[in-house]
Amino acid sequence: MIRLVPNHAARIKRSEKVTFTFDGMPVEGHDGEMLVSALVRANILTLRHAPHDAAPRGAFCCMGLCQECAVVVKGQTVEACRTEVTADLVVERV
Amino acid sequence: MSDSFDIAIVGAGPAGGHAALSAVKSGLRVVLLDEQAAAGGQVWRCKSTSIVSAPMTPESLAGNTLRKALAESAVTHHHDTRVWDIRREDDQWQLQILKNAKSSQIHARSLILATGAREHVQPVPGWTTPGVIGLAGATALFKQSLTLPGKRTVVSGTGPLVFYVASEIRRLGGTVAAVVTPNSRTDWARVLPAMALQPKLVARGALWVADLMLAGAPILWGHAVSRVSGHDHATGVATRNLARGTDGPSIEADSVCLGHGLIPNIEAAQMLGVPIRHDPALGGWVPEAEPDGRTPVEGLYLCGDGCGIRGVTAAGLQGTLVGARVARDLGKSSPKPSLRPWQRAARFGQAMTALSLPRPDLEALSTDDLILCRCESLTRADIIAEIDTGAASTNAVKSGRRACMGPCGGKYCQSVIATLIADRTGKDAKDIPPPTPRPPLRPIPLGQAAGAFDYDDLPIPKPAPL
Repeated sequence: MIRLVPNHAARIKRSEKVTFTFDGMPVEGHDGEMLVSALVRANILTLRHAPHDAAPRGAFCCMGLCQECAVVVKGQTVEACRTEVTADLVVERV
Repeated sequence: MSDSFDIAIVGAGPAGGHAALSAVKSGLRVVLLDEQAAAGGQVWRCKSTSIVSAPMTPESLAGNTLRKALAESAVTHHHDTRVWDIRREDDQWQLQILKNAKSSQIHARSLILATGAREHVQPVPGWTTPGVIGLAGATALFKQSLTLPGKRTVVSGTGPLVFYVASEIRRLGGTVAAVVTPNSRTDWARVLPAMALQPKLVARGALWVADLMLAGAPILWGHAVSRVSGHDHATGVATRNLARGTDGPSIEADSVCLGHGLIPNIEAAQMLGVPIRHDPALGGWVPEAEPDGRTPVEGLYLCGDGCGIRGVTAAGLQGTLVGARVARDLGKSSPKPSLRPWQRAARFGQAMTALSLPRPDLEALSTDDLILCRCESLTRADIIAEIDTGAASTNAVKSGRRACMGPCGGKYCQSVIATLIADRTGKDAKDIPPPTPRPPLRPIPLGQAAGAFDYDDLPIPKPAPL
C-alpha cells in the first residue's frame, strides 16, 4: 500500500529497558521516558479513581495541568506525565 | 537562595525562548523559567532521554535550533522549574519558584510572561474514561516519548491539530480508526485565503489528509464524537452528523484523542492586574497587550499564545519583538524589528484559531449527567442547579460548588462553565469572565513551598485588642 507518511516505528532507538513497580506490579519501561508513556504501553490506563464518584481516571492532558494522572512516588503526589521512569522506581496509587 | 536579574521570562516555548535570545543580546541578565526538562514549550517539546535516536520532524528540528541557541547564549535557563507565585515588591518582580523539590525566589526588574496555551476540550459523555486524552496531550506523548495513545485510535476535534495527531499516529506505526472533525470542508475553504500565506504548511496538511485517505481511514467531516463507550478503558465512540442532526457511524477503538482548539493561559497576567477582554478569534479571554508586549502594568510584558492564539510562527516573532522592547525600556539600545512578519504569521495562526470557534452544536451534545468539572466530578446538572439558584458568575459557581477549585484549578472546566452560565442567564460570553486567579499558579506540595524554617523565627502578629 502507498504511504505518504512513512512508518518510522522501526527507526526509533530507545534506551535500555528497566523495571519499576506500579501498585506493586512490575512494569517495564525505558529509562528516562515519561511515566505515562510506559504505563500506556503496558496498557495500564486507570491510574486513580475520582474522589466523589470513584470513577476510573487516567492521563488526560499529558502536560502537567489536569492532575488526572496523579500518582504517589516516595510519599509525594506527583504527575505521572512529569515523572521519569527509572530502575526501581516505586509508583503507588493516590 | 535568591537570584536577581534584569528580566525574568516565564515559559520557554517559541515566544519565551525568542524573547530571551532577543533581550540577552543587549547585555542584560536574563533568566528563563520553564517547567519542562528542556526548552521548546508544547509545540517544540523535547524528546526524553529514553529516545536514543529517531528520525527528525520539522518540530524537533525547530526545537533543537532554539535549544542550541539558548545553550550558546548567556541566558540563565532554569528548567524543571515551576513558577507558583509572582508579586511586585519595591519596583521589582518577585517570583516564587519550585525546583528540585526546593522553593526559592527570583527577583527581576522586568517580567515577560510567555505562558502559552492549553487545550479546550468540549466535554462529551465518556470523556473521563481512561484512554481518552487531549489532542495536545497526544502530541506531548509523541514528541517526548514517541509513544502512541493506543493501538487503534479515534482522533477527534477541530482545527489542523486533528490531522497532525492522526498523521503522527501513522508515522509512529499506529492505526487511525477514524478522524472525526466538526469542521466541514466549507469551514476549511473559508480559511484558504489566509492559508496561502504559509504554502509549506498547507502542503504538509494536504499530505496528511491524502495519506489518511490512501490508508482507508475514514474522515468524518462535519461530525463530532457524541459518546465514548467503555468503563475503565475506552472501547469506541458514537458519532453525530452535526449538519443533519442525525447519528453517524459508531467506531471501535481502544483510545480517543479529543480537542477543540486552544485557550490562552492568562492566569498569571490576570493575577498581576492586566485587564482582560473576550475575543473568540484569539481563543477566548485575552490579556490586553501591545504587539511589542507592553501591558498597562508597568514592567510587565506578554508574548505568544498566552496573549491570544496566533500560532507558533507568530509566537516566536513576537518573542523577538518583546525581548527587544524590554531591553529598550531598560535603557539599552536594541533594534526595533518590523511588525510586518508577525502580523503576517498572526493572520495564518488566527485563521487556524477560527476553525475552533465555540460551536453551539457541540455543546448541544451535552447530557445532564455529563461531568463538566473533572476534579470534583460535578455534572452539568449540578452546575445548572447552582446557576439557576443565583450563581451568575464563574466565581459564584466556584465558591458554591468548588468547580475550578480542584487540583487543576479550573483549567479544564472554567470555559465550559462560563458558556453554560451565559446560556442559562441569557448574558453574553463577554460578560462572564473567568474566576479570580490566585496563587499557587500550579499545584505544589505545601511542604516544599514552605521550605525549611524554624518555628521560633515565624513572625507572630500582635493579638487584636479585646
